[in-house]
Amino acid sequence: MKRLATAFCCALVMMLAIPAAHSQTLAAVKNRGELVCGANGTLAGFGLPDPQGNWTGFDVDFCRAIATAIFNNAGKVKFVPLTAKDRFTALQSGEIDVLSRNTSWTLSRDTSLGLDFAAITFFDGQGFMVRKSLKVSSALELNDAAVCVQQGTTSELNLADYFRTNHMGLKTVTFATGEEALKAYESGRCDAYTTDSSGLYGERLKLAQPNEHIVLPEIISKEPLSPVVRHGDNQWTDIVRWTHFIMVDAEELGVFKANVDEKLKSDNPEIRRLLGVEGQYGEALGLTNDWAYRIVKLVGNYGEVFERNVGQGSPLKIVRGLNALWTKGGLQYAPPVR
Amino acid sequence: MTDEAQGFEIEAPAPLRRRQLRRLLDRRGLAIQIALLIVIAGLGYGAVFNAVQNLARAHVASGFGFWNNTAGFDISQTLIYYSASTSSFGRAFWVGLLNTLLVAAISIVLATVLGFAIGIARLSRNYLLARLAGVYVELVRNVPLLLQLLFWYNAVLKSLPELRDSLVLPGGSLLNSRGLFLPRPEFAPGFLAVVIALAAGVVAAIAWRALARRRRERSGVELPVFWPALALVCGLPLAAFVLAGLPLSFSFPVMGRFNVRGGLEILPEFAALTAALSLYTAAFIAEVVRAGVLSVSAGQSEAAHALGLRPAATLRLIVVPQAMRVIVPPLTSQYLNLIKNSTLAVAIGYPDLFQVFTGTVLNITGQAVEVVAITMAVYLTISLVTSFLMNLYARSTAVVER
Repeated sequence: MKRLATAFCCALVMMLAIPAAHSQTLAAVKNRGELVCGANGTLAGFGLPDPQGNWTGFDVDFCRAIATAIFNNAGKVKFVPLTAKDRFTALQSGEIDVLSRNTSWTLSRDTSLGLDFAAITFFDGQGFMVRKSLKVSSALELNDAAVCVQQGTTSELNLADYFRTNHMGLKTVTFATGEEALKAYESGRCDAYTTDSSGLYGERLKLAQPNEHIVLPEIISKEPLSPVVRHGDNQWTDIVRWTHFIMVDAEELGVFKANVDEKLKSDNPEIRRLLGVEGQYGEALGLTNDWAYRIVKLVGNYGEVFERNVGQGSPLKIVRGLNALWTKGGLQYAPPVR
Repeated sequence: MTDEAQGFEIEAPAPLRRRQLRRLLDRRGLAIQIALLIVIAGLGYGAVFNAVQNLARAHVASGFGFWNNTAGFDISQTLIYYSASTSSFGRAFWVGLLNTLLVAAISIVLATVLGFAIGIARLSRNYLLARLAGVYVELVRNVPLLLQLLFWYNAVLKSLPELRDSLVLPGGSLLNSRGLFLPRPEFAPGFLAVVIALAAGVVAAIAWRALARRRRERSGVELPVFWPALALVCGLPLAAFVLAGLPLSFSFPVMGRFNVRGGLEILPEFAALTAALSLYTAAFIAEVVRAGVLSVSAGQSEAAHALGLRPAATLRLIVVPQAMRVIVPPLTSQYLNLIKNSTLAVAIGYPDLFQVFTGTVLNITGQAVEVVAITMAVYLTISLVTSFLMNLYARSTAVVER
């Protein structure tokens, strides 16, 4: 019922209220005194409140980085948990300032929703999880399988495509939330559970017997996960995009949470520009010149955020893979600060 | 929602209507009515205009062009042909609508039968039966429907065996956590004769009933109605079935590696939703029925007994016809509630209109305003049609004042 209410409220808001117009998001956030960030809420490693109610995760830290750039305080964020189904409506209607919720960038979403995708923070792909007892070693053996999936995701569409392309029969069982889909999979309603492979590792940990389930090797799609903002507010899009870029640049330049104060004295012009010792780059964005320094100091660089939430420092143990820096054979590459 | 939609439309007494009409035509009243109309129209126009402008400014796609685009997603239960690769969003809409109508229609029938039985049982002189019915009503009526739905879904799912240990039911049916798989009847062309015979049987039974009634009214002699009618309705199609050379075969469900192939599949989501909706609504209908029966004064039954009518005949001829007048309007309300409650399907993944259209289609197209508007219009239409049919029935049983 809550979802129903949200959808209706959003529709109502779109009809009656006037959402923040162009280039006003930054001003609105500053006036409000906090950033409102749409996050997952149920996905370990990406967005999940801990027992004390503190939000943690890769996508969550991205919002904290934006808040740090604006307020020099990583705590000035209000997180709104959203289902895959409601996320775009919440952003369109102005309920949230930025959507940082493992959302894949696709052409139709970019063009028809009135939204913009800022930067690819995580290169992902869709995979399958099955019970070990099924003795399946490849997704191509899943002919006629029942698959549980979350509604309103690219996974739902890729799933139908993949089975059709490989001439396999499929029974899709669709649920409004990932939790319901996972629960149904666990209770035996489906043979397989599908979502982005990063998500599979997180969801597997939630099962009663994680070791009785395996993630199949096939990656059936490209899922470039990106934070999303409303179309038309270019200043705000720039801030969100460059928040990701400077975190990648910081990692590439060897600037970490621990050594950032020391690096302020560095002679390297690239580091000096990044940390705002030279140039007026922060002010050009409508922020202060030390914005990148604040982010690295309080949140960390890209690699630190990755390892802490989903990498070796976390229970998920996802390897960097495609998300390694371009200098290390991955795809994470950021334009220079100059 | 208007009173009419809630099924409470009761014929206003004539003087009140005349008074309303006079007030409408009175000049000051007329001015107020017109002003109100203008304000409402203005608000409506403002809302639409504002929405269109905001959507355009936010670069959100609008209009109904998405209707014919390819859907690309799968649906677990389809009553009409649907394929993820070729069918459109419009087709997905119809699939969802039919699923909603299916679950609503079946639940309404079950809830009505069960509700009447429990309502009557609650008034029974059998102490145990009356108490049991009372406990059922209080228990079911006071627990939130969503909770009951989740209970049924998880109870149904968890207690059923896994695919490999499927229960084989007599007659070649399979039961497991994926659903109930029944043999699917395959009709040969000759089956049409059976359908025609059934129709003829029903018509003949109705004609026989009318004949018996006329005879009784003329001569007072009671002719048997039930058994001859049953013989006509069942016997004729059966005879046709044998004569046409048994034009019916069954395709039996077969175990595949992952799933059952063939047969008629009843999804656990469908079973859970039907169970929750009908059991929940039955508790309310039971109370409506009890109130209706109690509204017929005891004097009516006593008078019937005094005239020598037996208890069964008293109930059928005296109590029920009068009770129905009280029962039908609130019963309509219960039906409308049931239809609207069927949207809780989203919680358990049953692909009803709300889940398919306001869920997946809205999300893929991103056109919240259009999709929500269509969905609202559809539920409003279903409710108004149901209400209209029930009002027709209520009118046919209304007291004719002479």
